Amino acid sequence: MSIRENIEKTINNAEKLNGELNSFLSIEREYALNRASEVENLSDDASLKGFAIAIKDNICTKDMQTTCGSHILHNYKAHYDATAVRRLKDAGAIIVGKANMDEFAMGSSNESSAFGNVKNPWDLERVPGGSSGGSAVAVASGVVRASLGSETGGSVRQPASLCGITGLKPTYGRISRFGLVAFASSLDNIGIFGQTSEDVAKVLGVIAGRDRNDSTSADVAVPDYLATISDDIKGKRIGVPRALFGEGLETDVREAVENSIENYRKLGAEIVDVELPHAKYGIAVYYIIATAEASSNLARFDGVRYGFRAEGSHELREMYRKTREEGFGAEVKRRIMLGTYVLSSGYYDAYYSKAQKVRALVKRDYQTAFEQCDAILTPTSPSVAFKIGEKSDDPLAMYLSDIYTVSANLVGVPGISVPCGLSGEGLPIGLQLVGNFWSEATLLNLGNVYEKEFPLGAKPKVFAD
Amino acid sequence: MKEGWEAIIGMEIHAQLATETKIFCGCATSFGDEPNANTCPVCLGLPGALPVLNEKVVEYGAKAALALGLNINEQSIFSRKNYFYPDLPKGYQISQYDKPFSSDGELVIMTAERDEHGRAKDFKPMTIRIERMHLEEDAGKNVHEGLPETDKYSYVDLNRAGTPLGEIVTKADFRSSWQAYDYVNHVRRALQWVGASDADMEKGNLRCEANVSVRKVGEEKFRNKVELKNLNSVRFMQKAIEYEIERQIAAHEAGEGVSQETRLWDEKNNKTRVMRSKEDAHDYRYFPEPDLQPLVVSKEFIETMKAQMPELPDAMRDRFMAEYNLSFDDASQIIGDKDIAAFYETAAQASGNPRTSANLMLSEFVRELNNSGKRANESLLTAESFAEIVKTLDEGKINNNQAKEIIVESFNTGKSPADVIREKGFEQVSDAGAIEKIVDEIIKNNENQVNAYRGGNEKLFGFFVGQVMKASQGKANPKVVNEILKSKL
Ligand SMILES: [Zn+2]
Repeated sequence: MSIRENIEKTINNAEKLNGELNSFLSIEREYALNRASEVENLSDDASLKGFAIAIKDNICTKDMQTTCGSHILHNYKAHYDATAVRRLKDAGAIIVGKANMDEFAMGSSNESSAFGNVKNPWDLERVPGGSSGGSAVAVASGVVRASLGSETGGSVRQPASLCGITGLKPTYGRISRFGLVAFASSLDNIGIFGQTSEDVAKVLGVIAGRDRNDSTSADVAVPDYLATISDDIKGKRIGVPRALFGEGLETDVREAVENSIENYRKLGAEIVDVELPHAKYGIAVYYIIATAEASSNLARFDGVRYGFRAEGSHELREMYRKTREEGFGAEVKRRIMLGTYVLSSGYYDAYYSKAQKVRALVKRDYQTAFEQCDAILTPTSPSVAFKIGEKSDDPLAMYLSDIYTVSANLVGVPGISVPCGLSGEGLPIGLQLVGNFWSEATLLNLGNVYEKEFPLGAKPKVFAD
Repeated sequence: MKEGWEAIIGMEIHAQLATETKIFCGCATSFGDEPNANTCPVCLGLPGALPVLNEKVVEYGAKAALALGLNINEQSIFSRKNYFYPDLPKGYQISQYDKPFSSDGELVIMTAERDEHGRAKDFKPMTIRIERMHLEEDAGKNVHEGLPETDKYSYVDLNRAGTPLGEIVTKADFRSSWQAYDYVNHVRRALQWVGASDADMEKGNLRCEANVSVRKVGEEKFRNKVELKNLNSVRFMQKAIEYEIERQIAAHEAGEGVSQETRLWDEKNNKTRVMRSKEDAHDYRYFPEPDLQPLVVSKEFIETMKAQMPELPDAMRDRFMAEYNLSFDDASQIIGDKDIAAFYETAAQASGNPRTSANLMLSEFVRELNNSGKRANESLLTAESFAEIVKTLDEGKINNNQAKEIIVESFNTGKSPADVIREKGFEQVSDAGAIEKIVDEIIKNNENQVNAYRGGNEKLFGFFVGQVMKASQGKANPKVVNEILKSKL
C-alpha cells in the first residue's frame, strides 16, 4: 500500500469509528492526504515516513484547532507547532487528527471534555480513562499505531491501562513542553501511546531531546531505544512496594498484577521489596501543586486576545467574569479555585510550601528505592475502566484513580503502563513500571519483553478493520 | 517641612535594561513601532508558549547592580506575580520575589537641600541602603484614545510586554524630597554610565514610585504610608513628595489621619489624588515560576563583570577634584555625562592645563553641545584639538575670547584650531622687534602720561598696554608687550 492509500484508510477508519467512540475532536482528511503525497518524496531515512499519528488537542499544531477540550478555546487555531509536533513532521509522520480529552487535561475519565465523552472501545458504556482518553482510544481502536497524549498525574498511563495499550510518561525534561498548553508546568509531560512498546520507542526517539524553547528540557543524550528494546531482562531488579497493594485495589487488578510479577520472575528478573513511605501523600500533594500552577497557567484565558469571549459585558471585570464562567467547565473552575486558595496570602505556607516539602520527601523515597532496583512495579490504576457517570459526581473518588501514577510526576521520573491481563468482565488491566531518571530504555525493554512473552490475546469490541 | 515632623521616604525605580531583545523571547525592544509589531507567541502569552531567559539581561542586570553597589546573588529565582489586566497577556508577570537577582546594596550619593530658587545649598554625602534589584518583564500598554470606537473598545499594544526591567527598591532612608531627587538622578546617571539602561524618564524607560509617610520627630513607630505613582519626571517626583509630606502633616494635625493608599501625581493641578485604596490591594499569589530554572550566576561571571566596570562617576568626580584641582561644582558638572567626562580627561591631560580645560569646556563646549544636540563623542572638535587650543592660549598666542571663538568654529566646521587661527588672523605678534617699534611710538606720542607714570602713577601701566594692543589691532602678545613696556618705561 502506498503512504497515501494507507493514510486514506486510517482517515476512513477514524471517521467511521468516531461516531461511536468520539475519540477525535477533528479529523484532518485534506491535510493528511496532501501531506501523504509530500511525504512520499522524503528520504527513506526519515524514521517515521508515512506514520499516521493522532495528537491530543492540548498540543499545538499549526493552523489546526487546539481546543484543550474546552469551550473557551473552541475556535482556537494554533499559530505554531509544538516542538514535539515539529519533530514528528520532520521525521515524516502524518497527523490525522486531534484527540479528545478532559478539559485542560483535568480529569481521569474524559467526562470533563466540553465536546462529549470518549467511549472505551472494550465497552462503550465505560470511560477510556483520562485525561488523554481520545489519544488512548485512537490507538486502542486500531485507527493509529501511536498517538501523543499529555500527563500531569497519570493522564497517559491510566487511560493506556484502561484501554489495553502501552503508554509512556517520560522523564520530566525528556520531551520539550514547548507547545503543550500548560496545566501544571512542573508536572506536565508529553507522553506517548502505542499499540506496543516498540511503537512508543519509535516515536520517543524522534521527539525526545533538548529544545532551546523550553528551559526545563534537559540536555541529556537520546539513546537508540529500539536498539535495546529486546535485550534479555535476566538480572533486572524489579522493586515491589507491597504496602501500596492494599485498600481500594480491585481484586481482579491485584491478581493480574501479582501474576505479572511472577511472569517477570519467570523471565529472569529479580523481584525485591521496596518501600515508598511517603507515596500515600502523593494525591494530596499533587492536588495542591497541580491546582496552584493551573490557577496561574489558565489565567491567560481571559477573553482579551483569543478564544471565547462572553457577549454583553459593559466593563472589563464583568467581561473577565462572564468569559471564564461560561468558557470553563465545572472541574476546571473547581481546580482554579482550589489553586487560587492554596496560593493566597496566609495559606501559602500551610499548603503550597508544605506540599513542596512533602514532594521532596517523595522524591527521596524514590531515590532510595532506585538504589535497590531498576524499576518499581505496581498496578497502573486501582480499577479497570469504570462506567460513564459512575464517579463523575464524586471528585475525590475520581482523584484516587491517579493514586499509583501521581508520584512519578511529582518526582519527575519516567513510568510506563503495559497491558498485563483482563478482568472477569474482559476489561484490560495494566501494570506500571516506574524507573529512575532517564531510564526510558529500561522501561521500554521491560515492557516490550513482557508484551512479546505474555500478549493480551484479546481485542476491543470496537476495532478498525 | 513643619517643625517637629519628619518624612520617611522609600523609593522604587523601574529601569528598562538596554538589551535589544526582550527578556524571555527574541522580539525587539525598540520604541515607537506599529502596535503589536514586536510580538511572538511568548510575549503574546499564546497557549503553550514558554519563556527562555535572554542571557544579555543577566549581563545588563549585573552592570546595573554593580553600578548601584548591590551584591549579585549567585542564585536567584523567578516568580509569578498573578493579576488580571488586559496589558498583561499571561495573567501573571514573571518577576522575582524572595530570591532577587541582587540585594543588600549601599550607595553613597551627594545630596543637598535647595533654596526657594531651587539652588543647592551644600552637597553632602549620604548613604542609601538599597534593599534589592530584581529582574522582571514589563507589561504592555492599554490604549483608550486615538483609535476607532474608543467609546466602546479599548486596545492593547503588547510591543512593550516582555521588555526587561530592573526594579530597584531602597529602604525608607530618605528624609526629604530633595534627597529622593538627588538619589534618582544619581541612579539615572549611574545606569546610563555603565550602559545598563538609557534611563530616560520621558521615554518611560525609567519610572519611579515613592512611598511616603510622616511622623513626629522622636516617634519610633511608622504611620500609614502612601504610594505615589505617575511621577513622570524627577522634578514632578520631587514636587509630589513635597506636596504629600505637607498634606500628610496637615491631615495628622487636623486629626484626620492618613489612609494607606496609592495616589497619583496630577501635574495639571499640582497635587496628588487617590488612585486606589488599601482595600483594593491585590493578593499577587507569588510562587516560583516553574517554566524557568533558578538563575545561577557564577563567581567568575561576577568577577568578569566587576573587572569590566568603568570608573563610576562619583569616584571620577573625587579624582578630578584631587588630581586636577577642580571645584566640587565643576567636577560634578563634568561627570554629569560620561562622554563629556572622557573628553575632559583627554583634553586636561593633553593640554597640561586641567583648570583652563575645565573652564573652557563648561562654558563654550558644553553650550555648543546643548545647542547642537550632539554628544561629546560626536563633536567635530576632538579632545586633542581642544587641548591644542588650551595650549595656544597658555602660550599667550591667543587670548581667551579668541580661544572661545576657535572652539565654536572648530566644533561646527571640524576645522583644525591652527586653520581657524590662520583664517581669522588670530596669530599674535610676539616678535620683540615689531612690538618695540610700536612701544617707542606710543612713548613718543604720550609724553604727559609717561611723565606721570615715571612720577609714580603706576596705574597708568594699563593705559600703555591698551594703547599698544590697539595699535597692533589686538595681535600683540600681551606677555611680550608687558616686558618691553616695563623695560622702556
Ligand atoms: Zn516576543
